[in-house]
Amino acid sequence: MLDFLKRLFNPEPSNVTARERLRLVLLSDHLALAPDVVESLKADLIAVISKYVDVDDAHCDVTFEQQESVVAMLANIPILGMKPAVRTPRPAPPVDPAPASASVAAEPEAPETAAAEPEPPPAAPKPRRRRRRRANVNAAPAH
Amino acid sequence: MHELRVDPLPAAPPEGQRRGRCIVITSGKGGVGKTTTTANVGVALASTGARVVLIDADVGLRNLDIVLGLEARVRHHVLDVLDGNAELDDALVSDKRVATLKLLAASQTREKDDVDTAAFKDLVDRLRERFDYVMIDCPAGIEMGFQNAIVGADEAIIVCTPEVSAVRDADRVVGLLGDRVKTKLIVNRLRPSLVKRGKMLSVDDVNAILRLPLLGVIADEPGVIVSTNKGEPIALDPASSTGEAYRKIAGRIVGTDTSAPEIPREASFFDKLFGGQR
Repeated sequence: MLDFLKRLFNPEPSNVTARERLRLVLLSDHLALAPDVVESLKADLIAVISKYVDVDDAHCDVTFEQQESVVAMLANIPILGMKPAVRTPRPAPPVDPAPASASVAAEPEAPETAAAEPEPPPAAPKPRRRRRRRANVNAAPAH
Repeated sequence: MHELRVDPLPAAPPEGQRRGRCIVITSGKGGVGKTTTTANVGVALASTGARVVLIDADVGLRNLDIVLGLEARVRHHVLDVLDGNAELDDALVSDKRVATLKLLAASQTREKDDVDTAAFKDLVDRLRERFDYVMIDCPAGIEMGFQNAIVGADEAIIVCTPEVSAVRDADRVVGLLGDRVKTKLIVNRLRPSLVKRGKMLSVDDVNAILRLPLLGVIADEPGVIVSTNKGEPIALDPASSTGEAYRKIAGRIVGTDTSAPEIPREASFFDKLFGGQR
């Protein structure tokens, strides 16, 4: 309701909407056009995650999806089990992986899904844009 | 500055000594003003005394001749030359106003796929030996016609209007041109009053995405439409601010004008009152 009132009395200029829509669509276009980049991102992602858990490489899937206000990366990475080294709590000195704690073994249930949705630079660029817009208005001499 | 040459077709300079610049005017999206831009920038360039040939690569949808007002002079077209049915010199149409400007018209009755890419590149290379500037009016799209148009070019001018569709397509074309081609930008049909009210993307907005060196900005104004109606490029109108913008673009291409492109301002009340063209 508040949102609606805000929009009613202070509608976002359509060029701001255009800018934002373009930013999203181009991000999505570029990702679609760079399959090799996406492939190497996927490989790196799997490599990082494999440090901590056993991953089912063959069934990993990384896709991008344009949503309402973000382009989301959807990573579907089936996890087979924990890595033995990771089972001990972090703070301890990294010596002695303590096989005793092996009983806490992760039961490889149905493959879990890790989904990550990193927002592309969120709030940060916005104030800058507004400032720029105002600067433009000032720059145009109103005769 | 070049000296104004009057000879209808300048003699070829010694073999291998000259290689004119080949600039393709492209956009991806149709209807953003590629042909108008080609005509006006070409006329403005030729007015500096440079030898300029404009090639209409929009085979099947020939328009550069009518925008230039040369439609009655076209006897042969680019495919006649490529197929060996006409001599190059017979196909080059001389401009009525600027002696150093020639046009090679597109074929209206043929299709873009009829153009052989290698032969087209050879033609461009031949023209580069005889002209300072070979400017190619690229068809819309990114298919064969586009591929043919860019094959011989080492520079490109992207024409983009401040619309989401045009910017998206321009972005795609910039990607397709790659690093081989030196690409610059003309923002066309800007309406300063709309930008001021937040109803149109600004030049900065467009170029925040495309990130190209800006050659110039052309306002959306009636004068351009009127000049196209008449087949008299506005770049030749000394009183027109849009004509001046085109002349400055030509100056930036030649390298004689180092000023930053001006952003057109809103027409004032007095401009509107006294400045109207018919």
